[in-house]
Amino acid sequence: MKILFSILLTGILTENFVLAQFLGICPFLGVSKKLNTAMGMSVAVIFVMAVSTAVCYPINQFVLGQKYAYLQTIVFILVIAALVQLVEILLKKYIPSLYNALGIYLPLITTNCAVLGVVLLNVSQGYNFMESMFSSLGAGVGFMVAMIMFSGVRSKIESSDVPEFLKGLPITLIAASLVSVSFMGFSGIVEGIFL
Amino acid sequence: MEEIILAVVIVSLIGLIIGVGLSFASSVFGVKKDEIEEKVRECLPGANCGACGYSGCDGYAQAISKGETQNISLCTPGGNDVANEIAEITGKKAEEIKPLVAVVACKGNCNVAPQKVEYSGIKSCKAAHLMMGGQKTCVYGCLGYGDCISACDNGAIFICDGIAKIDISKCGACTKCINACPKGLISLIEANKKQAYVMCKNKEKGAAAQKSCKVSCIGCGKCQKECPESAITVENFLATVDPLKCTGCGICKDACPKKCIDLLMLIK
Repeated sequence: MKILFSILLTGILTENFVLAQFLGICPFLGVSKKLNTAMGMSVAVIFVMAVSTAVCYPINQFVLGQKYAYLQTIVFILVIAALVQLVEILLKKYIPSLYNALGIYLPLITTNCAVLGVVLLNVSQGYNFMESMFSSLGAGVGFMVAMIMFSGVRSKIESSDVPEFLKGLPITLIAASLVSVSFMGFSGIVEGIFL
Repeated sequence: MEEIILAVVIVSLIGLIIGVGLSFASSVFGVKKDEIEEKVRECLPGANCGACGYSGCDGYAQAISKGETQNISLCTPGGNDVANEIAEITGKKAEEIKPLVAVVACKGNCNVAPQKVEYSGIKSCKAAHLMMGGQKTCVYGCLGYGDCISACDNGAIFICDGIAKIDISKCGACTKCINACPKGLISLIEANKKQAYVMCKNKEKGAAAQKSCKVSCIGCGKCQKECPESAITVENFLATVDPLKCTGCGICKDACPKKCIDLLMLIK
């Protein structure tokens, strides 16, 4: 239990996927302009991360094993893309309101490297099934925290007087790096709590 | 060798299973799209400008196919060609769309409109407008910070001598700039027609309007008297031309002492 909790907190704070490992930067910069789109994207990412971990773990364990470990990347991409597609079909049929709200973000997740990253990292860390699930949940929540924080930062930038040459993406990247630096303050905190 | 073959077999098997599963899922759970909707969507221009009043081209296509609207001539950027294509698909009758273009009703550029203060805040018309109506003495005039420029998807608006101008050839008549202008200066008028247009929105009394800008409408009423079609009305010290009555004779333009009426012929 203690290990599961520390894995979860590690994913959210110290090893935050966006701000510490720099995965999934594309949606982080692309959809963080408004709070509600940032929320929609994060919820979709959490969902897809959890489902793809649940599916990829048995595939890795029983089909690939140690012998075909080099196939992990390509097989996981295949599985994640198919899962996103399946989720899209199901949402369109049963929850069209959510489907419309997520809009373009759902297919975007297919190419979100954070999803592939969490699955591959779980394997390389040698987590068991529960640990993998908690790790991907932590990664998803960490993504959400980063998105929500950054959408707040961006709304502040919108209303401030930015020098002409920094307008748009440059100031966004600078702000992202500052937010990322702030997360360095968490390093060691999880180990400090649990060990 | 065996290794490679096995690896290929594993990946292709997984791919096959997923492919079959997905096609099965899409045939069981798939939602059939309306054929008419798809066809209508294809002939719409895809600018997603919202001039039709729907969320975008997808929304308009959906509204037509579901019968939410009977009017198939709402797409102004597409014009008559698109309306006729939709008419063919749906079997409804298309009304003729008159091409429209946006026009900024202000001539008060930096040479003729004095400033009352030096504004150094956020470079946005909305922000400047909140500060006592902006930097100009005339609170009705164009502020020139380009809120309309950022609203325009076609890049049709530019600032010239401190006021917004519209490049007619690029304007798609999508109404986005109209909503962006805090002064409400921009409106759509019919293209390819000679007509008089009052290039001012100043509602101040004559003397005040006189002071605030060299080319402001002072509401003197000369144009109203001279107009042979009685197309001009002066209300709140501001003349407006009824475009339906105006024949484009140009008498009002010559009569205007402040030269704020223009004879427009916007070819599109």
